[in-house]
Amino acid sequence: MVKVKAKAAPMDNPAGLFSYFGVIALMMLGFYIVMDSPNLVKKMVGLNIFQAAVFIFYISMGKVAGGTAPIADAAADLYSNPLPHVLILTAIVVGVSVTAMGLAIIIRIKRAYGSVDEHDIAAADAAADTAADTAGIDTAAAPPPESP
Amino acid sequence: MEHHKVLRVVTRLLTPLILLFALYVQFHGDFGPGGGFQAGVIFGAGVILFAIVFGMQRCMRALPPSLMRIIAGGGVLLYAGVGVAGILLGGNYLEYNMLGAGAIAGQHLGINLIEVGVGATVAAMMVCLFYCFAGGEVDGESQGEGGADG
Amino acid sequence: MTAAHLPVLQVVAPLLAAPLCVMLRAPLAAWLLTCAVAVIAIVIAAILLFTVTAGDGAVLIYALGGWAAPWGIEYRVDIVGAFVLVIITGINLVAVLCGRASVMREIPAERVFLFYTGWLLCLTGMLGIAVSGDVFNVFVFLEIASLASCLLVSLGRDRRCLSAAFRYLLMGSVGATFILIVVGLLYQMTGTLNMADLAARLPPLAQSRTLQVAFAFLTVGVGLKAAVFPLHFWLPGAYAFAPSMAAVFLAGTSTKASVYILLRFFFSVMGAELSFDAMRLHWFLLPLALAGIFAASVAAIYQSDVKRLLAFSSVAQVGYMILGVATGSGAGLAAALVHLFNHALMKSALFFVVACMVLRVGGARLADLAGVGKRMPLTAAALVVSGLSLVGFPFTAGFISKWALLAAALDSHGWWLALLVLASSLLAVVYMWRVVEAVYCAPKTASAESQTVTEAPLPLLIGAWLLAAANVVFGLSTELSLGIAERAAVLLIGDAP
Repeated sequence: MVKVKAKAAPMDNPAGLFSYFGVIALMMLGFYIVMDSPNLVKKMVGLNIFQAAVFIFYISMGKVAGGTAPIADAAADLYSNPLPHVLILTAIVVGVSVTAMGLAIIIRIKRAYGSVDEHDIAAADAAADTAADTAGIDTAAAPPPESP
Repeated sequence: MEHHKVLRVVTRLLTPLILLFALYVQFHGDFGPGGGFQAGVIFGAGVILFAIVFGMQRCMRALPPSLMRIIAGGGVLLYAGVGVAGILLGGNYLEYNMLGAGAIAGQHLGINLIEVGVGATVAAMMVCLFYCFAGGEVDGESQGEGGADG
Repeated sequence: MTAAHLPVLQVVAPLLAAPLCVMLRAPLAAWLLTCAVAVIAIVIAAILLFTVTAGDGAVLIYALGGWAAPWGIEYRVDIVGAFVLVIITGINLVAVLCGRASVMREIPAERVFLFYTGWLLCLTGMLGIAVSGDVFNVFVFLEIASLASCLLVSLGRDRRCLSAAFRYLLMGSVGATFILIVVGLLYQMTGTLNMADLAARLPPLAQSRTLQVAFAFLTVGVGLKAAVFPLHFWLPGAYAFAPSMAAVFLAGTSTKASVYILLRFFFSVMGAELSFDAMRLHWFLLPLALAGIFAASVAAIYQSDVKRLLAFSSVAQVGYMILGVATGSGAGLAAALVHLFNHALMKSALFFVVACMVLRVGGARLADLAGVGKRMPLTAAALVVSGLSLVGFPFTAGFISKWALLAAALDSHGWWLALLVLASSLLAVVYMWRVVEAVYCAPKTASAESQTVTEAPLPLLIGAWLLAAANVVFGLSTELSLGIAERAAVLLIGDAP
C-alpha cells in the first residue's frame, strides 16, 4: 500500500524495493504489539520493534550503490551517505532512553499494582475510583504508599 | 555464580580487554569508525559483565552509583562546557577552531573532548540503568536523554 | 558573550543546569538553580522577541559550531518562535518561583532534585523545539521534552500516575517516531534537513506519493503529540495525576510546543499552499477540531476530578487552535496563535489555583473542594477570574481569542461555524460553573471545615494571582498578544513560496 520511491536510483522492479517492504512489515508488526498486547513489557518490546523498523529505513536510505564505507581513503571515490547513520545513532540513543524510562515505570507499576497487565491495572484503578466515591473524601488524599 | 569457574576466569581475563577496547573505540573515533556512544556502550557492557559474574555488591564497591551519577552529569557538563568555551573564545557555540593552536588542532581537541563527554555519560548511564534494574534502586532514571543532544 | 549567541544560550542554560541539579541533590539548591535558569531564560526570550519584532520581521540565524546552513545545524528564531519562547519561559518562571511550597509538599524530599532535573530537561526540550531550524533537531528536542515530562508525571503521589505516565510515554514515542519517519522521507526526497531549504525544495514535489505519505505520518504524529481530538486519550490522565506544579507547567506549555511543531511543519516546511491546496489539510482538520471541541467539552462536564476536568478542557482548547489553523486564512492562524498564548495563561492559572487548593485540602475532586471558597477567598477569586477567561468573558484574555476566532470563522465558513464556536463556549460555561459551584455554593464537608484549610501560602497565592491578573491584562491590552500573533501569522502564511 505504502510505496516509497527511492530518489537516488528509481527502481521499477518491486524486488528493488525489498528493504521498504521489510521495513513496513516490521513496523506494522511492532505497532500491532503496542496496540494489542495487554502486557506492558511486551508493549515496550513492540515499541522497540517499531523503532527498529524506522532505524532500518534510515540505514537503507544511506546506502549508495557501489559506495564504500565513508572513511576518507585514496582508493575509493564513492562513499555511502553517512548522515542517515549519524541521525539514527542519535535516534537509537533516544530509543534506549525511552526503553529505560518505560521499564523503570513498569518496575514501579509492578510494585504498586502487583501486575504488569493492562486489564488488571485498569480494574484496580476502577475499584479505587468507586471506593473513593463511596467512602468519601480522604481516600484520594491518602494514596497507597508507594515503595521508593 | 560462585561455582562457575570457567565464567569467572574468562570474565577476569576479558573485562580489562573490553574496557581497553572501549577506550580504543573512543579515541579512534577521530580518524575512523568509533566515537563516544559506541565506546560508552562497550565500556558499560564490560562493567555489567563484571557485575553479573562477580555480583552487584563487588561492582558497586568499585563503581558506586553516586559516582556513576556524577560522571554521567559531568559528561553532559563537559559537552555543554566545550560548547560554551567556543563562545567565550569568540566563536559560535560548539565551534572548535578556537580551542587549539590552529583550526585543525582545535577541531581535533574539540571533537575529542566532546566525545569523551559523550562516552563518559553513556558508560555511566548504562551502568546506572543496570544498577537500577538489577538492584532495585529506581533513581536517576531520567538523565539518559542528556546525552542524546549530539 | 554578545547578543548574537542568545538563540543557543536559550537552550544551553537549562541544559547545563540539568546535570548540575543531579550533582547537587539538595532540594533547596536544585530549586535555586531552576529559579536562576528560569530568570535567565525569560530574559533571553524577551530580548529575542524584542529583536525580531523591532524591525520588519527579522530572523535570527545561528550556525552551531560555525558551520553554515547546508552542512551545519542552524537555529532560527523568527516572530513565531520568539512568541512561543516567551509563552514557555513566562509560564515556567511563575511556576518555578511561586510553586515551591506545592512541590515540597507533593514530592518526597529525596526526589525533589529529580523533579527539578526533569523540569529543566523538559524546558530544554521545549525551548529547543522553538529555536531549532533543523527538522531532525526538532525530533530530538521533542523526545527530550516528552521523556522529561513523563518523568515529571511519574513523580505524582497517586499510583495511577504511573499508568498515566506509561501511556504518555508510549503514545508520545509512537508520535515522535512518526515524526522521525517524516524526517526520513523528507530527507530522502530533498537531501536536506534544514527547514528553509526544505521549504524551497518541497513544492515541486507536491504530486509525489512519498510526500503524501510523509504528510499523512506528519498529521498523525503531530496530532498525537498535540492531543488533537481522537488522539488525545493520553492527556487527561497525564495532567490529572502529575504533581500539581508539573500540571501547571505541562498544561501551559507542552501542547503549545506541539502545536508550534504543527504550525512549523505545515506552514514553514511544507508551505501553506502545499498543505491546504494540494493536501486539503483543512478538510481533515476542521471536522476533527469541531468534534474535539464538543466531545472533550462534554466529557469535561462529567468529570468529578477538577484536574481531569481541566485536562479535558485542554483537549477542547487545542481544538480551538486547530480550528483556527483549519480555516486556512491569516486571520484564523492569528486566532490560533493568540489562543495559544491566552490558553497558556488561563490553563496554567487554573491549574495553579487547583494546586493551591490541593495543598490545603489534599485532593482535587469536586467533593474535596466543596466549600473551600469561604476558607480560601483569595484563591477562589483567582479561580473565578481565570475561569471567566476560559469561558471567554469580555475583558479577559479568553474573550480576545474567542473574538478573533469568531471573526476568522465568520470570514472563512460563514455563520454556522461561528454559531458552533459560540455553542461550544456554553459547554465551557457549564463545566466551569460546576467547579465554581462546588467551591462556593456546595455545603462544607469535613475536610473543608477543618482548621488546616486556610489561605494558600503567600508565594503560591502570588503565583495564582499573577497568572489570573495576566488574563485580565491581556484581555484589556492586546498589543503584545494579538499584535504579535497577527504578525506571526503573516510570516507563516507568507513563508509559502
